[in-house]
Amino acid sequence: MQRRAILGYGAAGAGAVALMLFVGWWRVDGPGGPEPIGQRPVALTAMDFRLTDHEGNAVGPETLIGRPTMAFFGFTYCPDVCPTTLSDISGWLDDLGDEADEMNVVFITVDPERDTVETMAEYVGYFHPAIRGWTGPEEQIARVADGFHATYERVPTESGDYTMNHSASVFLFAASGRFVTMIDYHEPREFAVPKIRRALEEETEGAT
Amino acid sequence: MKKHILTGTLTALLTLGGLSVPALAGPVDVVVENAWSRASIGMNRPGAAYMTISNTGDEPVTLIGLATPLAMMPEIHETKTNAEGVSSMSPAGEIVIAPGESIALEPGGLHAMLMRLQEPMTEGDTFPLTLLFDDGSEVTVEVPILSIAARGPED
Repeated sequence: MQRRAILGYGAAGAGAVALMLFVGWWRVDGPGGPEPIGQRPVALTAMDFRLTDHEGNAVGPETLIGRPTMAFFGFTYCPDVCPTTLSDISGWLDDLGDEADEMNVVFITVDPERDTVETMAEYVGYFHPAIRGWTGPEEQIARVADGFHATYERVPTESGDYTMNHSASVFLFAASGRFVTMIDYHEPREFAVPKIRRALEEETEGAT
Repeated sequence: MKKHILTGTLTALLTLGGLSVPALAGPVDVVVENAWSRASIGMNRPGAAYMTISNTGDEPVTLIGLATPLAMMPEIHETKTNAEGVSSMSPAGEIVIAPGESIALEPGGLHAMLMRLQEPMTEGDTFPLTLLFDDGSEVTVEVPILSIAARGPED
């Protein structure tokens, strides 16, 4: 009898320790963890840029206010990271189902020389229909990257072309335009979807 | 003559086998599995192919290059993402695979970069990709071309 009680306390103790470890992990390294300082974008309301979406509409940061936003940088001549990120995002949106309809999802090119409006339209057409493709003059792209504290760089390749190094994280903003968090490249889906939900929930909190 | 017919039959059998045909050839003991690639839009953009390459022999093998009729400049590249979240790509150079070890060519890491495509990569097609090793041996696999939005060999 006494033995069973001790066993019971032991199990409860182990459970409590496991819970503490889990909470600690969640807050430090897990989906609830803080973002590295220095690469956090400013709020969308503090950004100023003029771009064109893949349907030819004039767009800017104000286009995104009012709904939560998922935004990321890339270019359509990117063979590895960008199609992977776009497929990942398409998968997350599928997981979110109807909730995804409440979001802006924007793919911003860092290679406006090759990524015209028509090119962006063709490219995004292969992925989830919620994904919008934004392009514009080089100096406007530079302003977007400034606001996001994102970087990109043109690098020549041996084949005589060029490729682009660029920030590969996915940035999440609340409906108010406030930056919420980012999803790093290679982050498992188990982290990504809860992070997107966090951005979606901020909207609800802000509205009440 | 007879040998040629046999080789031809073997090639046909391997090709018919489809998806993850373990490719065994030459003096190197190398098995290639789960090869796949994404469809391209036209021919101007580079393509990428992925697979697992295992060294099943007792000696290290060194992968020194690639060859394919699909692209004039096929090369193994590596994507790296730094602490600031910035991704970049560069040629991976020679890759040594220890006995019993495997290397994975997968999205966001090592990949066969197919530069200067000679024809568009069409979903549902396959193309031959030859791995070149430093001892002069070669291993050829048929790589299936999946959707542009594919995430892995099963898509």
